[in-house]
Amino acid sequence: MTTAVGTKKMTLVQAVTDGLRTMMKEHDNVLVLGEDVAQNGGVFRATDGLLEEFGDQRIIDTPLAESGIIGTSIGLAMNGFRPVAEMQFLGFIYPAFNQIMTHATRIRARTLGAFTVPMVIRAPYGAGVRAPEIHSDSVEALFAHMPGMKVVVPSNAYDAKGMLIASIEDPDPVLFLEPMRVYRSTKMDVPEGKYTVELGKGSILREGSDVTVLTYGSLTEQCVKAAEAASEKGYSVEVIDLRSLYPLDKELIAASVQKTGRAVIVHEAPQTGGLCDTLISLINDTSFFYMKAPVEKVTGHDTPVPMFALEDHYLPTSERIQAAIVSVMDC
Amino acid sequence: MQNEFPMLQIIDQNGVLVDESYRSLLTESLVKELYVKMVRARLFDRKGVNLQRQGRIGTYVPFEGQEAAQIGSAMAMQEGDWMFPTYRDHGATLTFGHSLKNVLLYWKGRQIGCVPPAGKNIFPPAVPIASQLLHATGTAWAEKLKGTDRASIVYFGDGATSEGDFHEGLNFASVFNVPVVFFNQNNGFAISVPIAKQMKAKTIAQKSVGYDIEGVRVDGNDVFAVYFHTLKAVENARKGNGPTLIEAMTWRYGAHTTADDPSKYRDQEESVRRRESGDPVTRVELYMKHENMWDEQFANEIEQTIMKEIEEAVAKMEQEPAPHYSEMFDYVFAENPWPIEEQKRAYAGMRGE
Repeated sequence: MTTAVGTKKMTLVQAVTDGLRTMMKEHDNVLVLGEDVAQNGGVFRATDGLLEEFGDQRIIDTPLAESGIIGTSIGLAMNGFRPVAEMQFLGFIYPAFNQIMTHATRIRARTLGAFTVPMVIRAPYGAGVRAPEIHSDSVEALFAHMPGMKVVVPSNAYDAKGMLIASIEDPDPVLFLEPMRVYRSTKMDVPEGKYTVELGKGSILREGSDVTVLTYGSLTEQCVKAAEAASEKGYSVEVIDLRSLYPLDKELIAASVQKTGRAVIVHEAPQTGGLCDTLISLINDTSFFYMKAPVEKVTGHDTPVPMFALEDHYLPTSERIQAAIVSVMDC
Repeated sequence: MQNEFPMLQIIDQNGVLVDESYRSLLTESLVKELYVKMVRARLFDRKGVNLQRQGRIGTYVPFEGQEAAQIGSAMAMQEGDWMFPTYRDHGATLTFGHSLKNVLLYWKGRQIGCVPPAGKNIFPPAVPIASQLLHATGTAWAEKLKGTDRASIVYFGDGATSEGDFHEGLNFASVFNVPVVFFNQNNGFAISVPIAKQMKAKTIAQKSVGYDIEGVRVDGNDVFAVYFHTLKAVENARKGNGPTLIEAMTWRYGAHTTADDPSKYRDQEESVRRRESGDPVTRVELYMKHENMWDEQFANEIEQTIMKEIEEAVAKMEQEPAPHYSEMFDYVFAENPWPIEEQKRAYAGMRGE
């Protein structure tokens, strides 16, 4: 459904603010809570201006306690509100792990739908901005593995607003990850007012016929760059932005790899148990006999994200992605 | 509860002795040592802010205004004790023997910055809030089990008291009666959130009551009060009398980090006002003047000596060769499991090595 009229140039982080504002205007039961979200407008300014517009009963500076923020949001969600809880960085979410894993994700199942938790957890994630220690984690797979939680990641401003609105409207808990590396890297036209981007659907960023690059969030730009570089070598590369990590867009992924017969999976999270494994499993289940080459992975390493002096060695680069494209083409 | 936990002072904000019982303990050498350590921390901190502005290090966390709390408490600890700082406590760690060069390298994004000099039990700065309280309790517990008289000190801010780990750390320390000092620096703000939004309690010290442990509230900008009350807490801990929760009332003059803009959430005039009346370093200078301990030449000389030490550390930081990427792979385990070894080889291959 869309009532959007006109557009405005926005960065990804501004689109997040706009999505929150749109839903807070439309629904009195949408609350925003977290550390430094109100007076300070969020450490990334993702909630800037909302305090002035909606007051301190709708946008709330909480005590400094991630488990407290998520645990009380569960209660708020069970009792008529639509809380949007901010984790200041994904790397700070771990104290809330218990609340998410043992409660948020399974209250519907435990009560056969008598109680539900329609809440959104927003968290900036990822490396590449020379942030201090622990501020650069990319642990989406831990949450995609949790039964009972949707995990989505926009890579641009348009998707960010539309997916955030869809997440707030979703009847179940959604982890909404925000790639901080591209928070302000580009501006794009974003419709004013309300529109949604359906959760569970990926998008084709670039069409191609020789190889499919599957990625999301912070690395879409590097993947498109690598695809363009590969096209100079005569390779036609399709780039898919998954957008939804749980559930994955099975039809879109299968159709693409069945067309190309080759796939490269790119994410910055550590490799073992990362989304790459689930994607290979999906390709195996849907498209095994179409494949012309083993699937390649370009990921972070099985190491903690290093402090920033070494983060460029940790993060997949356009060069690493190009090398993987060449490798599946040469196979 | 504020009356039950009054803010203890030894000198007031004008550097006047208000507790005569400490007069004989305030020897000239102790006073001068505390003063020198505070000046050293302050000059280091200002250098840190400048280096960040010049792009020579990454995001930096300043602590100016909190020198008395950090130096007074760190000076109460002894060789062999354990220290658990947050990211804002390099004043304490430098006083306890951390290397200036490594602390600078930490802010330059180098892992070596987490490494203390040999024999110094200094944990890397805790980034997730309040998580370190439990480690301090654990190391102190180990000292108790080993039968030593060593203790741990752990630093945390007012916001940290809201985390579950705060409760767990104090409770374990209380239950197992371990030699740990919980040193809270209450600077009134957790990034932007004022303490009134953090807790309804009027003091942090009163939280000790719930664990039946010692609790004390001190003027965190009075280095003498901080030093002697921490010393008392540590001595108690060494004697087997269990943990103490110290609340040191203080103020950070500047931003939460160099990436923060405090004018969004507080009137920075308050910092100007506090600097003018009751600055922790100025107070000791005034005390020394009242007590005829002040020596202008001494003050100038130590400033020059300290600046030389800091500049040498900065030079060493900048001469430090860039780390090799193998550092990222080779310290996750004692021996690299095959996935890490394969990923390391693949990365080297990608680089044509």
